[in-house]
Amino acid sequence: MAHRSNTSAANRIWRTIANHVATGLAVVSTILVVAPLVAIFVYLIYKGASSLNFAFFTQAPKPVGEAGGGMANSILGSAILLAVGSAIGVPIGIAGGIFLAEFGRGGRLANTIRFTADVLNGVPSIVMGIAVYSLIVLPQKHFSALSGGVALGIMMIPTITRTTEEMLLMVPHAIREAALGLGVPNWRSVLAITLKTASPGIITGCMLAFARVAGETAPLLFTAFGNQFWSANLNEPIAALPLQIFIYAISPYDEWHRLAWAGALVLIALIVVAVSLVRYVASRGILKGAN
Amino acid sequence: MVLVKIKLQEAGVAGQSGSPSRGRTRSGVDSQPEPSLVRKFLLSRGSSAFADRTFRGLMLLCAFSIFGIVALIATELVLRSQMSINKFGMAFFFRQIWDPVSGDFGALPFIYGTLASSFLALLIAVPLAIGLAIFLTEMCPRFLRSPLAFITELLAAIPSVVYGLWAIFVLVPILREHVNPVLAKTLGWTGLFSGPNFGIGMLAAGVILAIMILPIISSLTREVMTSVPHTQREAVLALGATRWEMIRMGVLRNARIGIVGSIILGLGRALGETMAVTMVIGNRPEIAKSLFAPGYSMAAVIASEFTEASDDLYLSALMEIGLALFIVTIVVNALARLLVWAVTRGTPARIN
Repeated sequence: MAHRSNTSAANRIWRTIANHVATGLAVVSTILVVAPLVAIFVYLIYKGASSLNFAFFTQAPKPVGEAGGGMANSILGSAILLAVGSAIGVPIGIAGGIFLAEFGRGGRLANTIRFTADVLNGVPSIVMGIAVYSLIVLPQKHFSALSGGVALGIMMIPTITRTTEEMLLMVPHAIREAALGLGVPNWRSVLAITLKTASPGIITGCMLAFARVAGETAPLLFTAFGNQFWSANLNEPIAALPLQIFIYAISPYDEWHRLAWAGALVLIALIVVAVSLVRYVASRGILKGAN
Repeated sequence: MVLVKIKLQEAGVAGQSGSPSRGRTRSGVDSQPEPSLVRKFLLSRGSSAFADRTFRGLMLLCAFSIFGIVALIATELVLRSQMSINKFGMAFFFRQIWDPVSGDFGALPFIYGTLASSFLALLIAVPLAIGLAIFLTEMCPRFLRSPLAFITELLAAIPSVVYGLWAIFVLVPILREHVNPVLAKTLGWTGLFSGPNFGIGMLAAGVILAIMILPIISSLTREVMTSVPHTQREAVLALGATRWEMIRMGVLRNARIGIVGSIILGLGRALGETMAVTMVIGNRPEIAKSLFAPGYSMAAVIASEFTEASDDLYLSALMEIGLALFIVTIVVNALARLLVWAVTRGTPARIN
């Protein structure tokens, strides 16, 4: 009897220790994960803020050796590329999501499409880049803003399709039935009722996709290609913020490194604003009265 | 097409109907106005069914675009890499030579670099990610949970090129001056941590990749863990288990397939990660045992040599590497999705 209680006491101590060790390890790993993020942010703000100035937002890059200059043309270029990308990705993505949620629900076809979209989401962006290169740039024989926009648009489609579908699925059936009961044709009910009810969530999804492709560099390397000068022509190579950061980061010039940090800060600021906005909207309840 | 027409008619009618109808009500004319084209169209059942079909068809077309994209990528890559496939055959993937000048290409150094950096990243990231997920789902005080989740989400939103920038100017110097000498002294005898210490190299690529895939693995693991029913936890606790035993037996054991899925998903991301790796891996097509040595990865070689590819065979070889990367990531991602899906399928919406 005494022996038994002894082992059970030892056992209990051992289990308590294991419990504490596991807790400690979890806390340590959390700290180890959060540390690099904080380090990246602090360093980025420190380096970027000291290099940001008015010229950054108004001037195109100066030639090597001259001080000053900015990345205004890259910001414009990124805006144009993202506009082209969204013009392609958002309508097709939303329409695809509508099909999955409203027409294909539970069907084999919809499941296959959903699965393919998820898998496509994981295809490296550089592969998209070379595919668009061989599709558009090679036949045209020159790099162009259009091809860059197409590459970004293609990358947005699967993400937006999936988020649209998820948001539409959250719309209660009663709303659809009410619309149909009033004799509204199905297509109008989908566009004017279901889509409208889910629109905050869908906008959130579009913003997330937007934020994701805004930082993409790899697909632009061989499509938009980059440009040191002002250009808004869809048929010419165009500068883009992430691309310019990459070019400056691997250059040997301190002045360019400085600009790279400033560019990274601007890019991150844009993305963080988008993501926090999304989170704020999401936390306020996307669909009032759903479920 | 039909939809566009409908929209046009609608817009036209809406434009006209403004002032005349108001005028009519003011003057008190009570004769029913002629129903507009749109109204007629909406009231007629036949055409509305037609519109429904058209709408459905349009949406289906857009949904099919996803298949279209996959098919497009596959055909473009296969067509463009034909020359290299014909010339080198399967041996392409097992040869170490990469000589653009004499037109002799083999992809082994890149395959090795991709695999080595990705597995190194998994080795670092998986324990940390699971630890983070456990902390966030099972231990974290409520007030910390949402900021921490937000921070890890942010980590996922940082673009690859910014990670690369940070890696070049912060991570690489730290590795070169503080970490690598210690590793060389303590673990140098294994041969994995020896040779010249540039800072840039396979180890730097692995570390930055680990930081990048951490949020993906941990957020998916978290999702899988929260989908484990609460009754499981309560049952284990009721038997007198400590919290760790509850996590181990009640949560991790139930979620293990999904966790494996999320790890494979992280692997898929690591395999295809381009910019950050290109910036720190050293870009030299060699296979070295030491992790300090510079290497090259499949995505990195495409990124840095594609625009320099002067002749068709060079371009074709790079395309073939791209094709291989495409196929590998598709397989890896499909596997991961199936595993995650197998776990989270059928669970009701998450209750926080």
